[in-house]
Amino acid sequence: MLNYTIRRLVGAVPTLFLIIAISFFMVRSAPGGPFDRERVVPAEIKANLERVYHLDEPLWQQFLRYMGSILQGDFGPSFKYKDFSVTELIWQGFPVSAQLGGAAVLLSAIAGVALGALAALNQNGRLDGILMAGAMTGIAIPNFVMAPLLTLVLGVYLSWLPVGGWGDGGLRQATLPVLALALPQVAYVARLTRGSMIEVLGANYIRTARAKGLPERLTITRHALKGAMLPVVSYLGPATAAVITGSVVIEQIFGIPGIGRYFVQGALNRDYTLVMGTVIFYGVLIILANLLVDLAYGLLDPKVRYD
Amino acid sequence: MTEAHAVPAVEAAALAPAGRGLWSDAWRRLRRNRAAIAASVVLALIAVAAIVGPEVAPHAIDAIYWDRVDAPPDFANGHYFGTESNGRDLFARTLFGGRVSLALGIAATLVSLVIGVGWGAIAGFIGGRVDAIMMRTVDILYALPFMFFVILLMVYFGREPLLIFVALGAVSWLDMARIVRGQALSLKRREFIEAARAAGTGTGAIILRHIVPNCLGPVIVFATLTVPQVILLESFLSFLGLGVREPMTSWGVLIADGARRVETAWWQLVFPSAFLAATLFCLNFIGDGLRDALDPKDR
Repeated sequence: MLNYTIRRLVGAVPTLFLIIAISFFMVRSAPGGPFDRERVVPAEIKANLERVYHLDEPLWQQFLRYMGSILQGDFGPSFKYKDFSVTELIWQGFPVSAQLGGAAVLLSAIAGVALGALAALNQNGRLDGILMAGAMTGIAIPNFVMAPLLTLVLGVYLSWLPVGGWGDGGLRQATLPVLALALPQVAYVARLTRGSMIEVLGANYIRTARAKGLPERLTITRHALKGAMLPVVSYLGPATAAVITGSVVIEQIFGIPGIGRYFVQGALNRDYTLVMGTVIFYGVLIILANLLVDLAYGLLDPKVRYD
Repeated sequence: MTEAHAVPAVEAAALAPAGRGLWSDAWRRLRRNRAAIAASVVLALIAVAAIVGPEVAPHAIDAIYWDRVDAPPDFANGHYFGTESNGRDLFARTLFGGRVSLALGIAATLVSLVIGVGWGAIAGFIGGRVDAIMMRTVDILYALPFMFFVILLMVYFGREPLLIFVALGAVSWLDMARIVRGQALSLKRREFIEAARAAGTGTGAIILRHIVPNCLGPVIVFATLTVPQVILLESFLSFLGLGVREPMTSWGVLIADGARRVETAWWQLVFPSAFLAATLFCLNFIGDGLRDALDPKDR
């Protein structure tokens, strides 16, 4: 397992290199620079600025310099947020984004599995129909539509919850953004769980468990659920990626001070270093999430061997 | 299924006796699937409305009514869905936005279809080192946070419709490539491929005439499921203010505008969202129905 982890981490190196290279050259080859404003800056000052940030060097040299500083954990200074390094900005936004995203992933796993299992146990019954119609709706309504709709109903008409802001991430403030971010994923997970649960319930080992007189409740919780969780666990990788992407929009809608907001602001302001920093950070997160999911899969499924 | 592989599947559908071929079997199964048929009908209605609707709507999409800014839906004056914040008719704009969203969805799916099928068929059929390199590339690309690159692309290189659908198509071909490769791997050991080789058919011709047509089933299913994904991505971009530009509009653009005024003008969010959700809903149902119809093993 340690070998496998190391091999996967080594395998992630070319991916990471590509992420850095693509974002670097895409951002740099774009027309317009971070010091282009409506106000024309005198040529000497602009030259000075570009020299300070090494923008006057050939592109390949800048790339090597950037790679070198990343290897030392330094994403450089932000062009727009003066006095802040990109690393500082990311670490400032990360706890908030992590709370939001973590809560959303957790909610989609727990609620999704519970609802999917419930539907499977009532296969083709009325509850199953209602749950699956709800899941289809959840998949068809994207999170950026869900967010204003939830705000309208729970925040404006009923005035139960605040419509924006994050504060200290308390339950009241976090509920709407987390719900909006999680609901489409809850729907996916529920559909997945229902499918695999139905398959598992027909398996021989469930028949054995029932035949030996194990109470139905234990048969479900100890045997069926574990088997039915496997596809769900492997979906958690893509789900994490979807939640991370979705959080960009959700943070924008609710005005949450996370990394997603820095990414959008950075992209719009041509804050080169901030954009590259956030993209690379997200890339690392997604790679790590996929690795964790694969390792967890191995723990759950004895048929999987890492060698 | 067996006799269908002796000749390309499309021809087989014409040659096979009625009710026996893969395609007529699939068609029969699909017709029995009420949800899929209902979804097809609804989707067809939405498509027709999007195509002819803007022309026959009571108001033009760009006519500005200064006296009716943010007016609620009203059948008397022909603003069935109300007006938006610039005083333009939301009914006409919603249907026109549907035209753009659907067209972008289909065009981008075609892009992903061409790249994905080509890539997968070549990798799977040629195999060996070529396969290893091509699929390793797919693996590496798979781990990239593509949405962020698309956002960067839109920010820095402008929001041209052409660029949008090429970008969206280019990010959604990876799954297609994997599916087609799997099919190509299992097809290339079949007797009819050997027969084609023995008859002196070149590799390119075998891939085009024998491998690709026989992958059609899964490809159609996956393409149906790709269209809603692309429409979703497009509206995601539009929501961030990076989608199609005025005077064009799309469901994503309308939803973004509506979301900003949801507290005062609910209709501006609800109507475009309903159309988007209904379309995604239908496409998902059709995709599921096609999968059930074309893949009897999995039922």
